[in-house]
Amino acid sequence: MRYAYLVLFFFLVTAISVLGFRGSTTTRPPLEIFPDMDHQAKYKPQAESAFFADKRTDRPSPAGSVAFGRTAIQSDGNFLAADDHMYRGTQADGTYARGFPSSITVDGKLLERGQLKYTIYCAPCHGAIGDGNGITKQYGMGATPTYHDERLRNIPEGDIYHTITAGKNNMLSYADKLEPADRWAVVAYVRALQRAQTGTVADVPSSHKSELGLK
Amino acid sequence: MSKLFPKSVNKLPLQILIFIGLTASIVAAGITYYATPKYSRVGYAPVQPVPFNHALHAGHLGMDCRYCHSNVEKSGHSNVPTAQTCMNCHNQIKTDSPLLAPVRESYASGNPVPWVKIHKAPDYVYFNHSVHVARGVSCVECHGKINEMEVVHHAKPLSMGWCLECHREPEKFVRDPKLVTNLDWKHPGGTAAQIEEGKKFVHDWNIQPPQSCSGCHR
Repeated sequence: MRYAYLVLFFFLVTAISVLGFRGSTTTRPPLEIFPDMDHQAKYKPQAESAFFADKRTDRPSPAGSVAFGRTAIQSDGNFLAADDHMYRGTQADGTYARGFPSSITVDGKLLERGQLKYTIYCAPCHGAIGDGNGITKQYGMGATPTYHDERLRNIPEGDIYHTITAGKNNMLSYADKLEPADRWAVVAYVRALQRAQTGTVADVPSSHKSELGLK
Repeated sequence: MSKLFPKSVNKLPLQILIFIGLTASIVAAGITYYATPKYSRVGYAPVQPVPFNHALHAGHLGMDCRYCHSNVEKSGHSNVPTAQTCMNCHNQIKTDSPLLAPVRESYASGNPVPWVKIHKAPDYVYFNHSVHVARGVSCVECHGKINEMEVVHHAKPLSMGWCLECHREPEKFVRDPKLVTNLDWKHPGGTAAQIEEGKKFVHDWNIQPPQSCSGCHR
């Protein structure tokens, strides 16, 4: 009987040394004891496809795709992105538009949205106040321009929108991260940052002056 | 008639029973301990084609999770970033690093970087990232402290029982949606304050996490 216990003990020690403990890191994929229907013959986002030559389940738009019927429906600017000001930042003559598109209401909500998106996507390089001193500067990012010079204060809103959409110089496009409405929110927030840098005592509402120790 | 067996054999059936009982309980304990996602999934840390360091990017640099996983608020699927996302910075930073070669190649060719997926829900589970993020379930609740992981590992079991822990008592976990990507955040008032505020969120936003099968399985 003693031998039986020794054998059991031996198996126990072997099993624990092979299997380890819960939570220990491993590069081996998880064991699937009962695979059930874990893997079904269907496509999931960003998954691999055995059918297409480039193995991508997410299909890119075929080359040369255009928005269908863009000129036919002019009454609704959002339909098929027909509103040039909203979706391209341009006016009828192709130059960059000043001001915001008619479908965008510039209010506190838009600025809050802009602040959120600016903090996520822009601040790493442009800095929290738009001075070009983001965290990436310490790691060798090339000179990021400050928003607070005459040229950038005076460029049309449509130009800022276009920079977000298409990128400029070393900055790549952020069109995949910011949808058009969010791009306009960021434009509004950039304008707010620029305005903040030229603020004076006269801008502070009289009701808040005492909080700041102003007269 | 002489004795065929010595007297000690009388105890043998009992000894065998005890031995079988002990063996069975060890096997049962072993299955309980090992045959669960707490063992099989937790700790999975595959070797990635690029040794991307979350502790550096999300922790030290303080980048928001959504910089790269940009669709998480809009889509059921939280996307793995495109190579262009990496190139936003790495077209100027560490441009010669051999570790980033797969990213540069992917950016040039358009073929995706073959990242290895770590957190996999079975195909019969319809998990939606956006609804969870929009209602203040932080990334950390399911993925652990990614901002401290140099190599990401599977931190939580993602088993059904584990999902239900939160679906049954969401007030213990929900927070202000503005704080979902702040992985270090804990309610400053401790557990009691978290539950109190959580109950308010659950009421105000009408959070009704499904506990029926069809909530997640279709």
